Amino acid sequence: METPNSKDQRIDDALDPVGVRHRATLREEWPLLVLLVLVWGALWRDFSPGNLLFGALIAVLITTLFPLPPVVLPGRLNLWYCFKLFLWFLREVAAASVHVSYLALFKGRATRSSLIAVPLRTESDLIVMTVGHVLTLIPGSFVVDVDRRSSTLYLHYADTEDEQAVERARSQIRDIERRLIMAIGSKNEYEAIKAECGPKFSARKAQ
Amino acid sequence: MDAFLDVLAAVFLIIGCLLSLVAGIGLMTFPDLLTRLHAATKPQVLGFLLIFIALAIHLRSWAVVPVLALAWGMQLLTAPVSAHMIGRSGYRTKHVSHKSIYSDELAEAIRAVEAEQRHDQGPPPQQQ
Repeated sequence: METPNSKDQRIDDALDPVGVRHRATLREEWPLLVLLVLVWGALWRDFSPGNLLFGALIAVLITTLFPLPPVVLPGRLNLWYCFKLFLWFLREVAAASVHVSYLALFKGRATRSSLIAVPLRTESDLIVMTVGHVLTLIPGSFVVDVDRRSSTLYLHYADTEDEQAVERARSQIRDIERRLIMAIGSKNEYEAIKAECGPKFSARKAQ
Repeated sequence: MDAFLDVLAAVFLIIGCLLSLVAGIGLMTFPDLLTRLHAATKPQVLGFLLIFIALAIHLRSWAVVPVLALAWGMQLLTAPVSAHMIGRSGYRTKHVSHKSIYSDELAEAIRAVEAEQRHDQGPPPQQQ
C-alpha cells in the first residue's frame, strides 16, 4: 500500500525479509548519539570535555552492542520553529490542565468524550509518533490506536459532546501536525504545508 | 531577593502539588477507564515542571538544571507511552463504557476492516 517515495520516511523493521538486521550508520544517527552524550553529562552534572568524550565513547559502544532499528530522521531542523513549538506547547499544556481540572472537579461523571479518527498528511513514522506524543502530553486527549498505513491516529478526546467539538478537536490535532512539520518535517512535507497554509503559516486554513 | 525567590519556589511547589491532587480527584470522579486515564497521566507534565522549577530555585544551583530537565524529559517520553498502552488494551478488551462516549470513529473503522476481511475470505452469505 506504500507509495515508493514514502518508503524512506518509514522506519524499517529490525529485520528485512531475508533476516538481515538493519544497522544505522553513524551519519544517520549522530544526532541521537549527541543526545545520549548530553544525557551522560546531565547525569554526572559535569559537562567538561573529558567527561563528554568518555560519554561519547560509551554511547558508541552501547549503540554497537545493543542496536535498535534505525530511526529515520527527516534531515531538517528549524530551531526557531522548535522554540516556537515549545512555547506553544507549554501554553497549551497550561490551558488544557486548567480545563481538565475543571472537568475533574465540577463535571465528573457527566463528562462525555469521543474517539476521533484524525488522518494526518505526513508519511513519516517519526512525525506520526511525535504528533501522538505531543497530543497525549496535552491534557484532554490521548492516542488509543494508530493506523500506520494511512497515518491515521485514533484518539480519545475528553469533553466532546457534539459534532462541532469533534471537528474543532480534529483541526487542532492537524494544527499540531502543521507545527511539527514546520519544526522537524522533511523538506517535501515542509513545502507541502507551506503551499497549503501560505508562506507565512499565519492563516490556519479550514480543511 | 532571597525572600522573593523563596516565595516563588513555594508558589510553584503548591500549584504543582494541587495539580496532582486534582488528578487524584479526577481518578475518582471521571466516568470510565479512558476518561480516567486523562487524569492519571497528565499532571506530570505541568505539575512536574512546576515542582522542578521550584526545586531549581530552592537549590539555587544551575548544576541541577540539566538533571531536572532530563527527569522532565523522561516523563514526557514515557507518560504518553503508558497512557497509550493502557488505553489501547482497555479498548481492545472492551473495557470502554459506551455510555460516556459521544461518537466512536475507531469502532466504525474496525467494522469497515472486518467487513473487508469477510469480503476477502469469500463471497458473503446469500441473503434470501
